[in-house]
Amino acid sequence: MSELPLRAQLASVLGRSAAGLSRATGRGDGSVIGGRVALKVQPDLLSRLSRGRRLALVSATNGKTTTTRLISQALREFGAVATNEQGANMPTGHITALSTEKSAVNGVLEVDEKYLPQVIEATQPAFVVLMNLSRDQMDRASEINLLAKKWRTALGKTNTHVIANADDPLVAWAGLGAPNATWVSAGQRWKEDSWCCPECGAHLNRESDPHWECPECGLARPQAAWAVDNDDDTLVAPDGQRIKLQLNLPGDANRANAAIAAATAAGYGMHPERTIERLREIRSVAGRYTSVVTMGVEVRLLLAKNPAGWLESFAVLDPPRVPVILGVNAQVPDGKDTSWLWDVDYRVLRDRRVFVMGERRTDLALRLETDGVPFEVADRVDEVLGRLKSERPDITKVDVIANYTAFQQIRTAYGRVQ
Amino acid sequence: MTDTSSALRIVWIYPDLLSTYGDQGNALILKRRAELRGIPTEVVHVHSSDPVPEHGDVYLLGGGEDRPQILAAERLRADGGLARAAHNGACVFAVCAGYQIIGESYGDDESNPLPGVGILDIRSNRGETRAVGEIVADVDPALGVGRITGFENHRGRTVLGPSARPLSTVVRGIGNDDRIEGAYQGQILGTYLHGPALPRNPELADLLLRWRVGQLSPLPPAWGERLHDERLAAALH
Ligand SMILES: [Zn+2]
Repeated sequence: MSELPLRAQLASVLGRSAAGLSRATGRGDGSVIGGRVALKVQPDLLSRLSRGRRLALVSATNGKTTTTRLISQALREFGAVATNEQGANMPTGHITALSTEKSAVNGVLEVDEKYLPQVIEATQPAFVVLMNLSRDQMDRASEINLLAKKWRTALGKTNTHVIANADDPLVAWAGLGAPNATWVSAGQRWKEDSWCCPECGAHLNRESDPHWECPECGLARPQAAWAVDNDDDTLVAPDGQRIKLQLNLPGDANRANAAIAAATAAGYGMHPERTIERLREIRSVAGRYTSVVTMGVEVRLLLAKNPAGWLESFAVLDPPRVPVILGVNAQVPDGKDTSWLWDVDYRVLRDRRVFVMGERRTDLALRLETDGVPFEVADRVDEVLGRLKSERPDITKVDVIANYTAFQQIRTAYGRVQ
Repeated sequence: MTDTSSALRIVWIYPDLLSTYGDQGNALILKRRAELRGIPTEVVHVHSSDPVPEHGDVYLLGGGEDRPQILAAERLRADGGLARAAHNGACVFAVCAGYQIIGESYGDDESNPLPGVGILDIRSNRGETRAVGEIVADVDPALGVGRITGFENHRGRTVLGPSARPLSTVVRGIGNDDRIEGAYQGQILGTYLHGPALPRNPELADLLLRWRVGQLSPLPPAWGERLHDERLAAALH
């Protein structure tokens, strides 16, 4: 990186010291402010910082922070990795990540869905990793069909290699725009945004899931080289080798993330068996899936920001005797519109104790009432624990599912455990 | 549900194309508020590849992105079932993109007018700006609904023809044109209050039920009424 022009080097150093200052003054983790200063000084810094590296860009509606972490964990086998693991996923965050690890040849960058086309153009990545696309924060996000189209166009203008989920029709259609692709059968639980053909609009034939095909234009699921066998907790590699996953992150969504990560790491030369070994070391990602112990109760924190995320969270809940707290806010990072609560089916919660919290708990209350799920209203986690302990002193576990700011509030109040 | 021939039939049109953000809520809350009064209901989901049944009581159309909206309008026009049901007196409740396509015409992403299903005398096109946020409006007193609240997220601007009446007067937000929100004509009703408009406005849900079954027994205020009042207070704060 030393051949960077002086102005770019200066910008990079300035960015880094701003990040240091931000951390030192406790105003944030520094990953955004550093990049913002650097961008002002040198707008094409991102391109310059990317040169000579082998970058993987990771984008999706759900799981991009986790998958970024998984891939970089695998690639650290080869040495330093430039990555924005704290989730600052816009160009300023990418500049910070790349200038923090100047000499790292390998890089893994989480990219916000809207920014993916411009970041592909700026960084000319070796790999673009795509997992899923579904409705999310519609009051400020792009329409997802439009987004898929922009991805497809941007990928068509590069030499990049796509590693993508063949089971998500929108993602597959976007990925088919790239010159090279490795397909992973990573599954798709939430299908409400992909009943229709991304190419021509016809109702897709999806009866033999995960296969899908369009009866009108012939678009069909690409043949997958890698696959996840959820029932057997196993990754199936292209040569047919079956590798037990046994991850320490829960659920099918994380099996999917791990499979995509293994396929990506293989592109860098990692053997999948070794990749999976390294992935087992991860127990939480930026607070997600963390358990905090408070008042003697293990409280597990699950972040879910949109209908697809809530569906995945329901699938990893502990047995019904473990109560669950649902928390919903509607601040800017959450989206101001809570309409999506009506897209989720809550009936699976009928046989457990449910508490509702957060600024928009009345929306949740009506939603649960409509699905016939009994619930109680609460203000805080410790209040819920107090109530539960007075009835069942032997209670040991509670799950929490919350959207973004509700999750962060709970995480801040009960300990920032990594 | 034993006798489905006498059940209230709620037909949800094209959940695969017109279900962008919480539209399912309208079907769920109609069913619940009917069943709480002992009225059996049946909810039918009609995919875009299937014919639209003509003997429903309430037809629901949700929101959709630009391309799904165009596809839905083309299919509904080719199918003809919704228009026939409407002419035979069925109730239609349409929101956002669904509201636009039951009109005479609506605009595509380059503001070219495209033909709608033509069961509501409105014409829609694109405005300069996107209307995003909480909306509050006072419904035509003839409908006995009062003040409604919801979330709007659209670029449409809608003009009413002589056969349609304004659903409501805007108190906060944009609606059709800054002044008027929604339209109705007989039992065909459209609004820009997207997604779960009926859960957030129990009286509007009851209006549709009343149109189909006549007098309704009152329900004790519950979470729906509470949410309505809470959102109203927040929007006017
Ligand atoms: Zn097709």
